[in-house]
Amino acid sequence: MITGQGTINALGHDIPTTLEAFREGRCGIGPLELRDVDRLSVRIGGQVKDYDPEALFNRQQIALYDRFTQFTLIATKQALDGCGLDFSGALATRSGVVFGTAGGGVNTWDENYRSVYEEGKNRVHPFVVPKLMNNAAASHVSMEYNLKGPSFSVATACASSNHAMGQAFNLIRCGMADVMVTGGSEAMLSFGGVKAWEGLRVMSKDACRPFSANRNGMVQGEGAAVFLFEEYDHARARGANILAEVVGFAMTSDAADIVMPSQQGAARAITGALTDGGLNPEDVCYINAHGTGTAANDKVECAAVAHAFGHHADDLMISSTKSMHGHLIGGTGAVELLACIMALKDGVIAPTIGYEEADPECALDVVPNEAREAKVDACLSNAFAFGGLNAVLALRAAP
Amino acid sequence: MGETVQDKIIAIIAEQAVLEPSDVSLDNSLDDLGIDSLGLVESIFAIEEAFDIQVPFNANEPEASEFDISSVAAIVKAVEGLVAEQKV
Repeated sequence: MITGQGTINALGHDIPTTLEAFREGRCGIGPLELRDVDRLSVRIGGQVKDYDPEALFNRQQIALYDRFTQFTLIATKQALDGCGLDFSGALATRSGVVFGTAGGGVNTWDENYRSVYEEGKNRVHPFVVPKLMNNAAASHVSMEYNLKGPSFSVATACASSNHAMGQAFNLIRCGMADVMVTGGSEAMLSFGGVKAWEGLRVMSKDACRPFSANRNGMVQGEGAAVFLFEEYDHARARGANILAEVVGFAMTSDAADIVMPSQQGAARAITGALTDGGLNPEDVCYINAHGTGTAANDKVECAAVAHAFGHHADDLMISSTKSMHGHLIGGTGAVELLACIMALKDGVIAPTIGYEEADPECALDVVPNEAREAKVDACLSNAFAFGGLNAVLALRAAP
Repeated sequence: MGETVQDKIIAIIAEQAVLEPSDVSLDNSLDDLGIDSLGLVESIFAIEEAFDIQVPFNANEPEASEFDISSVAAIVKAVEGLVAEQKV
């Protein structure tokens, strides 16, 4: 059961603002504000704006928390504040943390490389290593909330968060934990982080338009989303507010190409999540797509959905909220799960914005430009990573 | 350094295709030479570095790019144009 959620991303610094943006189809992508932006050829992104870490963290904390850790702690606080759980005694050892991040402390790497290579300094701050490590966010959350059970970080590029949340789900399902704090975070919008993506020549310079025939690439985002996953009886016994239920999870590997996606690998993950969740294809009304806005992903994803769902593919809705918040890389599945929960709980389907021209290779109902009301009993969240690692979650409305 | 633009490009493409430069002919397409999308992006990077130019190319819309990659000859012509244009 999902019994708590929190977020900070380009659409808002909390859940209500983010969901309102989903409903309004608002775009959080804009000009990047970062050092040496004039040396970048890609200058847009889904950046967290009006952000003042000094107002939220003290000096010692800022010395230890990279931006991706800060985002995680902010989202975790929202997910756990008022949840009514007391993580002490036995519950502490039965509670853990699994977060996805692809890059970890990218800003810390960037700033310190700059200082030793560009500025020629021979000394770096003593906390560089604990600040940049991928598990820093998971560790700080476990320390802050006294979570002493299974805890780790997962890095599978663009599928990191989905893999992380799948692990959290499995840990509860197999009895290794009662409560898991899970989700993911990314803060790759630094000069080096954007420059690296630029090199691959798959980035758009103007907008993220998933499934639209005139799409011309992906746009990076940043932020975090964090959820409280809780074992059913545990949640029921304490009368927790259940937002939605995770019912299935599947992961597959394409074993084919380091960047090009595979229809077969994606379709196997989709079918696997349905089977694991005991769902028939007809039960699924909505899919939150991976939908990166690249030529390759969107057509392969649509073909995979068509293959996995057969004729029902024409009856379901599939949207990519990356068009609004950008691609949060390792944090993206977490922010996208918010749209799944909104569909199940509030009956509102977040749209694919920026949609301008139909593409015969993406001939599904992509919920173009405007949110839609619909009763959704079950939905999927897709994530297909570079390296051919796929992770799909299946959710149902709260029982 | 009597190497022409054509010689340099053929050398870059041959290296990418793991062929001898003599095996690369001007009317070959990159596909003919077994260069995939990742190999193409790497070749363009090597061309930018070799000639100190910016090549306008987005892998999402290779056809829409002004940079013609339909054959080795087309690439040579496009690079000659960019070198002349960006020399200033």
